Amino acid sequence: MTLALLIDFGSTYTKLRAIDVQAAEIIATAQGPSTATTDITVGLDAALDDLRGQLGKISDFRYRLASSSAAGGLRMITVGLVPDLTAKAARLAALGAGAKVAGTYSFELTSGDMAEFIAAEPDILLLSGGTDGGNHKVIEHNAEMIAASGLACPVVVAGNRSAADTVAGILSSAGIRAIIAENVMPRHLELNIEPAREAIRQVFIEHIVHAKGIDRAQENFDAVLMPTPAAVLQGAQLLSDGTLARPGLGPLLVVDIGGATTDVHSVCDGLPCDSGVIYHGLAEPYAKRTVEGDLGMRHTARNIVAEVGVDVIADNAELEKKQVEALLERTERDVDWLPDTENERRFDRTLARAATLISVTRHAGHHETVYSAHGPVTLQRGKDLNQVETIIGTGGVLVHSENAQAILSAALAGDDAPLALRPRSAKIMLDKDYALYACGLLGSVAPEDALRLGLNMLHQGEDDHGACTA
Amino acid sequence: MTSEHAGTLITGVIGADTHIVGNRILGRALETAGFTVVQLGALTPAKEFVDAAIETNADAILVSSLYGQGELDCRGFRDLCTEAGLEDILIYVGGYLVVGDQPWDEVEQRFLDMGFNRVFPPGTRPDDVLGPLSDDIKKRRGDDEV
Repeated sequence: MTLALLIDFGSTYTKLRAIDVQAAEIIATAQGPSTATTDITVGLDAALDDLRGQLGKISDFRYRLASSSAAGGLRMITVGLVPDLTAKAARLAALGAGAKVAGTYSFELTSGDMAEFIAAEPDILLLSGGTDGGNHKVIEHNAEMIAASGLACPVVVAGNRSAADTVAGILSSAGIRAIIAENVMPRHLELNIEPAREAIRQVFIEHIVHAKGIDRAQENFDAVLMPTPAAVLQGAQLLSDGTLARPGLGPLLVVDIGGATTDVHSVCDGLPCDSGVIYHGLAEPYAKRTVEGDLGMRHTARNIVAEVGVDVIADNAELEKKQVEALLERTERDVDWLPDTENERRFDRTLARAATLISVTRHAGHHETVYSAHGPVTLQRGKDLNQVETIIGTGGVLVHSENAQAILSAALAGDDAPLALRPRSAKIMLDKDYALYACGLLGSVAPEDALRLGLNMLHQGEDDHGACTA
Repeated sequence: MTSEHAGTLITGVIGADTHIVGNRILGRALETAGFTVVQLGALTPAKEFVDAAIETNADAILVSSLYGQGELDCRGFRDLCTEAGLEDILIYVGGYLVVGDQPWDEVEQRFLDMGFNRVFPPGTRPDDVLGPLSDDIKKRRGDDEV
């Protein structure tokens, strides 16, 4: 039997999955507290003991791979020139690399911006600006500002290639490690984020893992390959694309509703579905990740209610406004709170539906009608998710809900946001065993086995909840 | 980028105007003449011309309008450039800029007053643009060095 050990150093828990690679099954799971601030090994050792207990005579693991979002995850600041162009491209690159983006900045940086940079304590900074051969003054100015700020974190430089050497020189002479990658937007509206993503991942492996103290546990694993959100995105892409030997699920969407944030991943080209529609603006990534830092089930539940209105939440949850308010206070007081009564479960479900609706609407592209002399013309900005055939849900509220279907169907196109290009109908699946990150990690060494693992785990989720289109 | 480079240009059809054919022919001719051309195509808002010019460090923006509403669409275009830090960028406009049978010199003056450097009437050939464009770009770069 070939075994794989896949570790996720999470923000709260270190989660372990033991995989039987041939059978493509999770054969044991365990978790311990992530105590990254003191010593990451404590929680990992506890979890490993637990896992060994379950596996009995533990055989050797062929692969021991880890991802991490411990110790605050990978915190990044991104800088570009024009907000809708290189600044957006840089942000998409950082999100795709699995980062928590603490801020996105445009144009010339100011001393006030630099104070914000220092306060945000980023692990990596991504500096872009200008097409190749285009504007170089702004990225050079920004490099000077960063060099003079006292900021010490590594900087990935992915802007105008004509300015790359100058920019790297300015940063290096201030003792800042500068890593040059290809431009995130080499030509106008052409997105090129893979090289920057890979550069970020390399810096993460070489520096951040050590800086966060995760390498203290390194006798227990071979490598920390990437931040956990990047592993989820890679798992999603493998499940969508499949391999040469086995087809995948096709275009898909992942909705991950957490306590503080909601992540949405889409894997599809997102091009206009109707021939009369004209695409406008920056191209978007085939595998796209967005994070809604203001939408979560506990720490940030109040934002969800504020966004849709307390009356709507009360109506949908069949509760009085007073009850909604009381439950909201409860979620803030006790972020580990789990619903117990039918009322509380309806409240949680309503919140999760709203988080799904808002986060998918923000992730999706939009139609816009322009009235020309020849009649109305439809423009599309962002990705059309109409082609999405599968929606995969994950995160505590979905995994523990008795009616995940009712929550995830809020991702589908509807009257609540008619111009948002959401999926029209899709099969709904659940990642109950938290297998997506495992699939992404294993996929980097054994893609065929990882694909079978992912498909197996999702189909088990499907059996319990039933697939349907809404 | 060396000073030998002919220049980087932004072209597009402004506003709710879908007439793309002439604009594409112009773009092709400018590329053949050695310019780097960012073609934004039809239905382009004024802001997108300016955004593209900032990122590409363009020498000139060539705005086309062929449906008679150019005067409305182009109002404030120079101010938008100035606000974006492109106060000295060359801006040209051409096409069927107004409705009805208005004297060309009046139309031209109106667009010059709006801050466009050159205004081209209907029927302009790409070749008519190349000469003045090269001269203006050289002059602008000369000014930059002072």
